[in-house]
Parts: sequence; structure tokens; C-alpha cells
Amino acid sequence: MISRTHVLVCGGTGCAASKSTEIMAQFEKHFLAKGIEKEAKVVKTGCFGLCEKGPIVVIYPEGATYANVKPEDVKEIVEEHLLKGRIVKRLLLGDTEAQDVARSLENVGFFSRQLRIALRNCGVINPEVIDEYIARDGYAALGKVLTKMKPQDVIAEMKKSGLRGRGGGGFPTGMKWEFAAVQKADRKYVCCNADEGDPGAFMDRSVLEGDPHSIIEAMAIAGYAIGANQGYVYVRAEYPIAVQRLRLAMDQARGYGLLGKNIFETGFDFELEIRLGAGAFVCGEETALMTSIEGHRGEPRPRPPFPAVKGLWQKPTILNNVETFANVPVIINKGADWFASIGTEKSKGTKVFAVGGKINNTGLVEIPMGTPLREVIYDIGGGIPNGKAFKAVQTGGPSGGCIPAAHIDVPIEYDTLIALGSMMGSGGMIVMDEDNCMVDIARFFLEFTVDESCGKCPPCRIGTKRMLEILERITQGKGELSDLEKLETLANSIKQSALCGLGQTAPNPVLSTLRYFRDEYLAHVVDKKCPAGVCKAMMTYSIVEDKCKGCGICAKRCPVDAISGVVKLPYRIDQGKCIKCGVCMDSCKFAAITFK
Amino acid sequence: MKSLKDLEAIRDRAKQEMSLRETENKTRIIVGMATCGIAAGARPIMAAFNQELELRGLHSASVSITGCVGVCRYEPMCDVIDPNGDRTTYINLDAGKVRRIVAEHIVNRRPVTAFTIGAAER
Repeated sequence: MISRTHVLVCGGTGCAASKSTEIMAQFEKHFLAKGIEKEAKVVKTGCFGLCEKGPIVVIYPEGATYANVKPEDVKEIVEEHLLKGRIVKRLLLGDTEAQDVARSLENVGFFSRQLRIALRNCGVINPEVIDEYIARDGYAALGKVLTKMKPQDVIAEMKKSGLRGRGGGGFPTGMKWEFAAVQKADRKYVCCNADEGDPGAFMDRSVLEGDPHSIIEAMAIAGYAIGANQGYVYVRAEYPIAVQRLRLAMDQARGYGLLGKNIFETGFDFELEIRLGAGAFVCGEETALMTSIEGHRGEPRPRPPFPAVKGLWQKPTILNNVETFANVPVIINKGADWFASIGTEKSKGTKVFAVGGKINNTGLVEIPMGTPLREVIYDIGGGIPNGKAFKAVQTGGPSGGCIPAAHIDVPIEYDTLIALGSMMGSGGMIVMDEDNCMVDIARFFLEFTVDESCGKCPPCRIGTKRMLEILERITQGKGELSDLEKLETLANSIKQSALCGLGQTAPNPVLSTLRYFRDEYLAHVVDKKCPAGVCKAMMTYSIVEDKCKGCGICAKRCPVDAISGVVKLPYRIDQGKCIKCGVCMDSCKFAAITFK
Repeated sequence: MKSLKDLEAIRDRAKQEMSLRETENKTRIIVGMATCGIAAGARPIMAAFNQELELRGLHSASVSITGCVGVCRYEPMCDVIDPNGDRTTYINLDAGKVRRIVAEHIVNRRPVTAFTIGAAER
């Protein structure tokens, strides 16, 4: 019997961390208890994108979307919704006001402005069931290219679509494929870069977790287009759910003959293997990634020769990012013209962003290129929490930069972001409000690059370290005006001399914050003040005499005995002893202690 | 899998199962499943609707349930809501009526007036 109701539960990493696996088990248990196990079916899906409100449960045919579901809520959902047909309003996603209708996913503001191409199946299908992917026209694109198109037709279609690399660089995918296709070689390779390393970015993980077959299909299409029979997916070992689902998907594809020898009886062979990365940031750089697949230490090498000429094992290789591949089957099925009609003149299609930081709807969004930043922050992201002011958004991770509030109406596309000194990057978007110190943000990203520098070339190994030392000095209130100049000089020489893309872009967070928030740097070095109140070294705790009742509780709690005084008279803090732990402020009942 | 035809066969089969998850342009059949409905035999009615839809491979309709609407004497009953929002209430259902409702209303878009609550009230 066909089930009358499907209960979709998010099985992405975010929701799995908040017990979605237990929620699924609870549903199964209550189905059995109520004798409806044949009518109702639990479907484990990939990420819905609304991680802030997870775990998400969607019940069809009503399309009712429940948010922040806990295992103990399941009994009520089964009894009320599934047995009596009464929607459990208190768990519905959306406004807390009474709602008479079931709110389906499409009606929620977060989803209604999105256009899901790369994420088309995430949260819709069960990624562990190949038939569900096939039901959504999965593997039809592979069938189409193998039976009806020549390799050069596939490349022409990709070029016409205008698809550009989604991993950061934005290089036209069709051209990359063409470079590799025209090479003469006995072997060629297709690689998928799933070594997502930008802090806060999880687009690729979500695609692998929610729709692994789309990557397998796209890589086989790429293989056919360039003349390769072997592919590698390089994915970090820190993504266990993604790796497990990809493995399962590959096994299922092999079982159906969609990977392996003689696919669709066309004589085309394609095999796929997974290579696990240990999580080094540099291995997301294409030459380092290939060196790592070969079994060597993940270090980049100079280009040219480009991978399309001499890549993996010195053979022509194409390397595309997960999200880029996820677009490919749709382009083949719906046509390049359809894809090119979405987005802007130079940036076609959509882009997935992992939105995080000071924003209400943390999660994953896919928007058409050219969507204004304001729409992402306010209409989809739900604005800044606690009524704080929006200050800037950081895009492109450690290689990108900040876009200040003045540019919030910028349309999001490759070239506009570069013009603002930032970049699209892989799609991390970290929102900052008035409480974020931009010098500290620059220091944070540089600390990351210093940690992750592979050490092969001196500009990156030594240069970024020196920059970090200067930034640390500034945030500790020991900076000088000349430091800003030094930072800029160092930054520009690293950009020009570093070996790989990571080193060349490492100074970007510093340059971009210097460009837009120079006044904050000046406040740090000239006034020795941190306007946002983040850099502790420059702040002091002090007792407001008028407010202090002289109870002495702060003095009792202070771990270093820095507070002294006479009972019923105002107390004082000895700044020489104070370690700025904040215990006094927390313990004061009269709000008599300030920190500025 | 040998050919595109095999792929299409798998697609069509899986699509039918997943059509439940589409919400647009669908006819909704809502069976009253409160205590009164269940006591009057609503569960086999719901199963009959499911079976009938499956048999005919109908993707355009879904079956869900609701509570008591207050006219318990007419149970088992159901509402059929057309994609345009029109609502038809059928009462005193049995397996034969279910078959006719699916054939005439869901497939041919002609409500079976004889089984409606309006016909009984007249």
C-alpha cells in the first residue's frame, strides 16, 4: 500500500546534532504503537537550510512544517496530526500568532525568496534512496548526454549556460572542461573538491548529505565531456555523514549500472573513488588537493602548468567544486538557455550561501545571482538579533573581505563583490553587528591563515605571521600609527609573491577592513580604545561611585583580590591587579560596575 | 540497468510514491477520523481511497484525515477539496461509494451529487 502520509525529518549534520535521529526513531515507535506503520512513512532528508530552527520536520500531504522539534514532541504530533488530522500549531514554523492554515515550506519568507537549483533535492528526497533521486529526473541528464550528445556538445552547452566555478574563483566551467578535453592523453581525471574549509561554510557538506547522487551524475557527465573514465571526490574526514551517504550512493549507482563499465550500454565507463582529506585548509587549493590525492603531503605547486594540462599524476584533470557539479545535471536537463536566463549578465544561475553570525535565520540559502545583499540579510535572514545595527558582512572566508553597511544594496555577483574588495568565495557569509570589532575580525581570519599556512613559500609562512603579530599588538593597545602602513606594505607584497591562491588572498581581510573601517584601526592605535568593546586589553572595569552601595560582594568574589574598600563606602578596583575576568560585574546587584 | 527506458520505469514508479510531497494543483481527500468516524468504519474507507488512487496511478490526489465535524450521524464521511478550493462533502461512505467518487469526481471532475450531504439533507 502507498503511504498516505510522509514525515520528512532533516538528517543533516546540524539537525542530527540536535537529536533528529532520535526523532525518527520516536516516529517509527509511535507509528507501531498506533498501528499506522503501513500508512505513514518516515523519510530522512538532507538539509532544509533553516538550521537555526532545527530539527525540522515536514509532514505531507499537508506540507505542515514543524520547527525546533524535540523527541518528546513526537507523541503529540503522531496523536494530533497523524491520527486526528489536527495540526500542532505550537510547533509550526513561522509567526507565533495563531494560524489557521498549515504553513507549507514555500510560504515561509525564508524559502519564498529562494531559488533552489543546486539544493533542489536537499530536504525533498531521501538521499539514501537512489529511486527518490531518479524520481526527480536524476540520471536523466547522464542518459541524455551518453545517448544523444557528443562530448563537444556537452562542453558547448556548459559554455553557453555561463556557469562559473562556485568554489571561489569563478572560472567559467565550460572553458575549464574544454581545456582538458582538447588535451591528448591516455588517461584523464575528474576531481570534485569537497574540501570545504572556510570557517562557517557548509554548502558543500549539505549537498553531499542531501543529494549525493547529483555529484556522482555530474562527475560522470564531466568525464564523458573531457574523455575521462576515473573520478575522485576529495572530501574532508570531518564530514562523516556526507562521506557515509556518498559511499552508499556510489554503491547504489554501481548496483544500477550508473557507475562502472558500459553505462547505458553506450560503451562509456566511469569509476569513482573517495579520497579523505585530513582537514588542512590548503588542501582546498587545487594543486595541493591533487598532490594530496596522489598520496603526498598536501602542498601547492606553481601554475602553469594548469591542471587541465598536467594535473593528477601529470595527466589532464578537471577539478570542480561540489556546488558547481550540483548545477550540471539541471543545466543538461533544462538547457543552457534556461540557466542563462537566471542571474545577471556576467554571473548566471544561483549561489548557495551559508549565512551565520549575528543574524536571526542562521542557515543555508540559495538565491539568484544579482539579489541585493539587503534581501539576504533582512528578508531571508530575518535581520539582526536584539535590534542591533548591521555593521558589515564578511564573504569569501579567510580569502575574502568585508562589505560595510554602506554597500548593503549591492547586487551579489562575482564582479561586484570583487570591486568592493571582497569575493564570492565558496559562499560563507558571516554577518556582523555593532558589537563586532573589525580589527579583531581581521586578526581572527589572519590567525586562521597563519595556522593553516602549509609553510612552503616564505611570503605566506613568514609574512602572514608578521602581519598577525602587528594585529595582535594593535588589539592589545600597543599599536602605533606606523603599524598601519607596515600592514599595508606587507599585505601587498604577500599578495604579489605568495605561491598559491591561499597566500595571495590571505591579506584580504586586513586590507578590506583597513579600507572600510580605518577609523576603528585609528581608534585602537591613536586613542587606545576599542569602539566595539571587544579588545579587552584596552578596556577597564571600574566602579561608579554614585551607584556603589559598598556591600563588598565584588571584593569577596574577585579571584585576584584587586578590589578593596570599606563597607558602606564606594569600593575601588586596582587596575594593576585586575585580570579583567568580569566576575565583579556579574556579581554586582546595583549595576555599579562598568566596562569600557 | 541497460537503457533509458529502464531508468524511466524506475522514475515513474518512484515518482508516484513521492507525488504525495507536492502540494500544488492537488485534490485533497480528507476523511473524518475522529472517534465517531473510526467507530463507523473510517479506517477501511481511508485505506480504500489509498488503494483506489494507487490502482489508478493517480498522482493528483492525496488522502489525509481530520477530526469530528459534528455530524456524527453521517459518518464515515469525507471532504473532497478540488485544486480551485471547491469543497464537496460525501457521507455514509462504503467501499463502493469510494470507487465511484474516485472514478467520477477525482478522475472525471464531476462530483457524485447523490452521495453528498446536500442530497441527504433535502
